[in-house]
Amino acid sequence: MTTHSSLAIEATGLVKVFGTTRAVDGVDLAVGTGSVYGVLGPNGAGKTTTIRMLATLLSPDAGSARVLGHDIVREAELVRGVVSLTGQLASVDEDLTGRENLILLARLLGLNRAAAKARAAELLEAFALADAATRLVKNYSGGMRRRLDLAASLVVTPQLMFLDEPTTGLDPRSRNQVWDIVRALVAEGTTILLCTQYLDEADQLADGIAVIDHGKVIAEGTPAQLKASAGSGSLHVRLLDPAQRPEAKRLLTRELDGVQLEPDPATLSASCADADRGAEAVAQLSRAGVRIADFSLGQPTLDEVFLALTGHPAAEEAGEEEAKVQDERAA
Amino acid sequence: MSADPTREVDSESATEEVALRKALSSNPRPPRPSALSASLTFGWRGMLKVKHVPEQLLDATMTPVLFTLLFTYMFGGAIAGSTREYLQFLLPGILVMSVLFTTVYSGVALTTDATKGVVDRFRSLPIWRPAPLVGAVLGDSVRYLVAATVVVVLGVALGFRPQAGLGGVVAAVALVVVFAFGLAWVFTTVGLLMRTPSAVLNGGFMALFPLTFLSNAFVEPETLPGWLETFVEANPVSHLVTASRGLMDGTATAGEIGLVLASAAALTAVFAPLTTRLYRSKG
Ligand SMILES: Nc1ncnc2c1ncn2[C@@H]1O[C@H](COP(=O)(O)OP(=O)(O)OP(=O)(O)O)[C@@H](O)[C@H]1O
Ligand SMILES: [Mg+2]
Repeated sequence: MTTHSSLAIEATGLVKVFGTTRAVDGVDLAVGTGSVYGVLGPNGAGKTTTIRMLATLLSPDAGSARVLGHDIVREAELVRGVVSLTGQLASVDEDLTGRENLILLARLLGLNRAAAKARAAELLEAFALADAATRLVKNYSGGMRRRLDLAASLVVTPQLMFLDEPTTGLDPRSRNQVWDIVRALVAEGTTILLCTQYLDEADQLADGIAVIDHGKVIAEGTPAQLKASAGSGSLHVRLLDPAQRPEAKRLLTRELDGVQLEPDPATLSASCADADRGAEAVAQLSRAGVRIADFSLGQPTLDEVFLALTGHPAAEEAGEEEAKVQDERAA
Repeated sequence: MSADPTREVDSESATEEVALRKALSSNPRPPRPSALSASLTFGWRGMLKVKHVPEQLLDATMTPVLFTLLFTYMFGGAIAGSTREYLQFLLPGILVMSVLFTTVYSGVALTTDATKGVVDRFRSLPIWRPAPLVGAVLGDSVRYLVAATVVVVLGVALGFRPQAGLGGVVAAVALVVVFAFGLAWVFTTVGLLMRTPSAVLNGGFMALFPLTFLSNAFVEPETLPGWLETFVEANPVSHLVTASRGLMDGTATAGEIGLVLASAAALTAVFAPLTTRLYRSKG
């Protein structure tokens, strides 16, 4: 039992079945205390269902898990005492103001009236919501709502926080704000389980990542390992003059592997793991008189990771799942 | 000469950073609140919603007004010979009917709430598990009181004169509200079983119409055919009407009041745990 002490989450064989859908189909997780652990997967992979089981909102159909040493079924009350949850749907009350939401949570967590008010004011200030404090949350922007949601999860400092797709639908600026909050939280020693669809996000924040698909963990490792397993990143170059493409292809092939002509007649791509080599290749094009409209050097996307891990792209399945979910909603 | 703009931005984001760090630095968890305190906090949440959207109270005010006017002037002459005399008989019945119909909205509100993400947060908190529900029903007592007040004030304006005076009226209203607490649990259970708020509303009204009309709220049961009289006399709504009529007239017996309190307790004992179980396993 003492070996468990360094693990914040330890799940073995978690299963959840809805009707005929095996939403979670035997998930094992081991998350070290104080780390950020990313759970990466496309729509319908089972991320939310996994989090809901770990946060004691759903009981597993099979398997077991301990969160900070407490069993999620037999000691659910103890688990609830040390975790906090920021759900995928904004888990704040839309019909109240931001300030009222925070006071409500503070009171429910046991702060007295004066302390609750003070804590709400402090959080509103820190999360750049002071100006919107007395507005109804239904009139908040997506980014403000997310920040309030995070603030509501942090009224008392949790030992472990579940974050379900915290930046989906946010613009880059709001996304960066959320990332800053997560980093600050980690610096304070909170363990975070982060579900996301973006490899980029997991790469920015997580120490370890599990990739899940159809309710199963299909790969696990550090962000660097996963990116490596997906092959490398890629260089995209768009030319001003499509007529120069054959010339550009010849030059690039000397420097990089996997040079491909893209559907757009002015664009070509190559695989490229190393930014320096990519930059060098672009410089050579330009020295040789090939005029470049723009270029980008990207990390492999979730799609590319999926392609490498499963042999099929994630987007296709995501489409199916989306359609299925929408069908279910419509029905 | 002028300040370096980048530096300004830097120092601004640095202060933000400091505020954030300070807000996140360890805020230990106080002991969890008592069951009562958690429930009252949820009751406060209910009141805030009414404060932000006072139109919500429209159903609790308009329906009683309609019922009172309609019944007094449509049926008063036919049933009792004069509207004034009928009002004397009818008002406690209208009071019961108006408040009971308002309880359906407790179920509707819960169905609406259950589809929102905030319920997940409530369920992930280490609080007394029935607190969100008990609080919601407590908060709804405001609606019940509003409905009751509207009926009584309108009734008095139209000429209703309670024999037992203000004390009798207050006691009758209190009894009706207590019974409404019990009945509200039935609709919160229904609210969690049904998918859409309108299904709850329709289902609730379908159940309440026969229960209130086949009671002694509007007519003396002796005027009814035998089999119907049996039903009316067994109907718990009749017991409630009898007791509140008795309280307003100053003739209520302890037995009549006790029967109502017992049925409220029984409804709560069965349906409150059921609602809590459903709420817990929701999702
Ligand atoms: N309450 C439910 N009832 C029936 N099926 C469900 C329920 N919740 C989830 N599912 C199904 O389980 C599967 C996994 O869903 P889940 O929400 O865990 O996926 P996810 O990885 O969080 O997806 P997303 O990225 O879209 O949020 C999906 O096929 C979904 O339709
Ligand atoms: Mg999800």
